Amino acid sequence: MTGQRIADSALRGMRRGERTNRRALIFDILMYGAIALALVSLLALIIQTVVKGAPDLSLQFFLNFPSRINPANSGAQSAIVGTLYLMLLTAVFVIPVGIATALYLEEYADKTRWWNRMIEVNIQNLAAVPSVVYGILGLAFIVRGPLGLGPVLLAGGLTLGLLVLPVVIIVARESIRAVPPSIREGALALGATKWQMVSRQVLPGARAGMVTGIILSLSRAIGETAPLLVIGAASSPRFNPSGLGDAFTALPIQIFSWTQDPNPVFVNQAATASIVLLGILLAMNGVAIVMRNRYEQRW
Amino acid sequence: MSASTAGPNPDNQIPKAPAEVGVSGSVTDLTPYLPPVDSEYDLEMTDLKGPEEAPAPVEVIFDCSDVEVHYGEHRAIRDVSLSFGLREVTALIGPSGCGKSTFLRCLNRMNDLIPGAKVGGHVIYHGQDLYADEIDPVQVRKRIGMVFQKPNPFPKSIYDNVAFGPRVVGMEGDMDEIVERALVRGALWDEVKDRLTENAFGMSGGQQQRLCIARALATDPDVLLMDEPCSALDPISTGRIEDLMAELKERISIVIVTHNMQQAARVSDKTAFFTVEMAEDEKRRTGVVVEYDATDTIFTNPSDKRTEDYVTGKFG
Repeated sequence: MTGQRIADSALRGMRRGERTNRRALIFDILMYGAIALALVSLLALIIQTVVKGAPDLSLQFFLNFPSRINPANSGAQSAIVGTLYLMLLTAVFVIPVGIATALYLEEYADKTRWWNRMIEVNIQNLAAVPSVVYGILGLAFIVRGPLGLGPVLLAGGLTLGLLVLPVVIIVARESIRAVPPSIREGALALGATKWQMVSRQVLPGARAGMVTGIILSLSRAIGETAPLLVIGAASSPRFNPSGLGDAFTALPIQIFSWTQDPNPVFVNQAATASIVLLGILLAMNGVAIVMRNRYEQRW
Repeated sequence: MSASTAGPNPDNQIPKAPAEVGVSGSVTDLTPYLPPVDSEYDLEMTDLKGPEEAPAPVEVIFDCSDVEVHYGEHRAIRDVSLSFGLREVTALIGPSGCGKSTFLRCLNRMNDLIPGAKVGGHVIYHGQDLYADEIDPVQVRKRIGMVFQKPNPFPKSIYDNVAFGPRVVGMEGDMDEIVERALVRGALWDEVKDRLTENAFGMSGGQQQRLCIARALATDPDVLLMDEPCSALDPISTGRIEDLMAELKERISIVIVTHNMQQAARVSDKTAFFTVEMAEDEKRRTGVVVEYDATDTIFTNPSDKRTEDYVTGKFG
């Protein structure tokens, strides 16, 4: 008897469940549909790029300079080298400044003071500013204006540095905050000075997160086109930048200028350059993942 | 506070007289109080008072008077006047929130790290007021070791954990020897001598806590402050740490905060009972010392009714 009633209620439950199941089904369809849409469009882009660009992908493409006269032997050496230089410069600029700022805000700043709160809010806001605005800033203050460097490699590196600095600061702060307070207390209780505590415990503990965040920020920087266009990167130069004060180009700029070209050969080369850029980005993200897995500190 | 009030013991045999320290007027150097680094396992300090003088009154290492701590507007403890003897274990017991840990953290100026914390009164350590203007809290913490409630090893090798203190304070001598000596004193050497390079996070909780004790001992402090060191440990690990405390007491003083009354009764020579005092007009809770006496007296014949109620389990 009792068993019968339990079975009944279970069956009723199933009947009620049918309606919720239908809703769940609709949700599932919408969800998988959205994922499929994103993946299919991404896949279509990649396939199209590979189909167009792969035939030109050869050692020649890495070694030759862009050439209008001899399109068959045109290459992207100046753009690839420029991108690598830019990445290096951005890193040199952004790593010390970003980590120092994050350390100041997390370990030294008195959060009850209005200026420290103002810095915090501004950094959050700067991270959301469109990249073209950084290009305008770079043009006004670095290329012309107070610094007046001209449209050179150093100006490009500094502009991209400014662009990713807020993100680097935010990521570095999060890694620093992940170091538990008990580690800080432990170090101080042993007679360490504040700087010894920070340099020997907090920074090593936050290292993995910082490195991962910085690599991802740099990969964002080298994919940027707009700020470099605004500050006036060179178009298809047949030389590599010989120093910080030399004209430069980068892969996104080269891709942009080739896609504008009426000659279909160059449109295909734009696809080839895109494959190279994608390869560099994937490699950087791969390194970031390896670093995170290997050095991540679990507390 | 003048240095003359320092110790009730006139023949206080500290290497450098506190008065000189005061007169010099410069930043107080606590180095004279450091036992020689090259001292062997038995510290020379034990010889300062020979065993034949044993009945003499215990030398005072900490003399606290009218200590009070404010966190912002809130007064956490008030009027704490306690003195701790050299090579004695003193237990601080009492219900939660009565300010035992707050008081303990006054003894090595760890309260300085909490924003808004303000310490009043006097904490006299070897005749020197730790809250005098010229005192550097970093120097204080070099001399007074601390062990926390939750084991907090650094995410480094066992060796580097122990070596951290000696390295930051710039101890001289063979680091391998310093590390070995600390681990022996922490009763951990036999268990870890073959895996000194392994990460300390791989140890059990009890081993981690003994590592933290060894780490604190590595810089040769003469006081160890322990803030509920066994509350996160199983009974066997707790027993090991209590045995260790009994050994350490031969050479150093220990002040331990504990919630475990049996532990206080087992390990301590003296016990201070703290309680929470509720102000009538406000909802603020302030910690005060109710009674401070030999541990036996506190547990068998307390003079205050509140102590009796607490130790017999009627409240808290």
